[in-house]
Amino acid sequence: MSNPGSIILRSENLGRVVNGKVLVDNVTFDLRASEVLAIVGPSGSGKSSLLRLLNRLDEPSSGTVYLEGTDYRQIEPRILRRKVGLVTQRPYLFPGTVGQNLEFGPAQHGEVLSQESMDDLLAKVGLRGYSIRNVANLSGGEAQRVAVARTLANSPLILLLDEPTSALDEASKFEIEALLRNIVLGQRLTCVIVTHDKAQAARLAERALVLESGRVVRVGATSEVLHA
Amino acid sequence: MLKHLFTNPLHLVLVQAGFAAAAAMIVVFLAGKRGIHLESETLIAMMRGLIQIIAVGSILVLLLRGPRWTGGLLLAVMIVAAGATSARRAKGIPGAFTVSTWAIAFGAGSVIAIMTWLGVIDSAITSLVPVGSMLIANAMNTNGLALNRLRGDVLAHSGEIEAALALGAETKVSVSPYIQAAFESSLIPAVDSVRSLGIVWIPGLMAGMLLSGVRPLYAAIYQFVVLAMILAASGLTSLVSTLFIRARIFTSAEQLILQPGR
Repeated sequence: MSNPGSIILRSENLGRVVNGKVLVDNVTFDLRASEVLAIVGPSGSGKSSLLRLLNRLDEPSSGTVYLEGTDYRQIEPRILRRKVGLVTQRPYLFPGTVGQNLEFGPAQHGEVLSQESMDDLLAKVGLRGYSIRNVANLSGGEAQRVAVARTLANSPLILLLDEPTSALDEASKFEIEALLRNIVLGQRLTCVIVTHDKAQAARLAERALVLESGRVVRVGATSEVLHA
Repeated sequence: MLKHLFTNPLHLVLVQAGFAAAAAMIVVFLAGKRGIHLESETLIAMMRGLIQIIAVGSILVLLLRGPRWTGGLLLAVMIVAAGATSARRAKGIPGAFTVSTWAIAFGAGSVIAIMTWLGVIDSAITSLVPVGSMLIANAMNTNGLALNRLRGDVLAHSGEIEAALALGAETKVSVSPYIQAAFESSLIPAVDSVRSLGIVWIPGLMAGMLLSGVRPLYAAIYQFVVLAMILAASGLTSLVSTLFIRARIFTSAEQLILQPGR
């Protein structure tokens, strides 16, 4: 566990080019333990592409990421992704029960999620007693809560949130945002949240990084950066 | 009716081919009326098939007089062609041709080799090539179905696959439901062929044996033998193909290559 305030992740000159198109261009920033960093920018600015590079779901064309001082190319992808958990725009739950979804991550590493841990996780996301429910019968907001709990079941060092409320209706959006605020801020989780919603960034994050055409145009305290 | 109009056997068979092709084109034309346009693809496929089968027929005439190894050579060429054909169903998957060719070579090739060694398939070129080609052709179809289904499923479920990867799953775990579905669905035609044998259809080989005067019971049992061999060759091909293609849809850093819009 890193000390609060120490650099836990460093993106160094990170870039990604696909078919000649620059998606992420020379992005450098530090992420400190227990801080929440918002990545904001218009559609197509490379926010999600940058996030996918941080847990190596995509390969950087240039630069790299250091996780706790180690070049992440030296870390086995499965281990890296467990440490750097991702919640996507859509929940993409696996067929079966809520409980089976929560057990999935730990099971990949030979661990069994205890009933107590499962109950705790479900309580955190406001779904107490949902473990035997079939995911096919969940609402959009409930499914996204399960996706958050499923990622937290892996006890990640860093939580990446890719527009976690953008696919939800207004009511669910505020519910999930309140839930994330409670979990992330309450537990002092290190978190990177991608959002196109500046107000949401201001509500959740201490620092913000503004991307345009894949490049960092501003980075700093949320209150300063978003009103510049 | 045609027999009375055409006494020359070559003329007769060409006219028969023309009527059969016309029937297929009428169906394609009707499909076109419903917005399903397969006209040019079907026409080219039929023309190509006709030319190929005439060429092979001509080569067979020469091979029948040649040494036995020429039969093996012809089957090897068929395997490579089958690999190229079925690999087209795996657009966007790197190395699909190599995987398909080796899968068919292993699936159909091993069944042909073992059955020829056991004497189930006569090693004479006149028997080895036609029976072997049936096994290769069916392995090709099965492989094409498996790759097509797998490609479609992976593209449709890239979100779920990446969700599993993001939770630390191995690549094989992340695609296992789709590998299984591709394998199962690819074998449906071969299994149904065996299941419906004699009730829904009398295959060409059996019909040919009956026409050439072979005893019906022998022809029937041998047809079952061929279909069982087809099932074995197809199953083995699909198993090998789906296993090896799995490694090709991910990078060495366990990133999904096959994604919508890429």
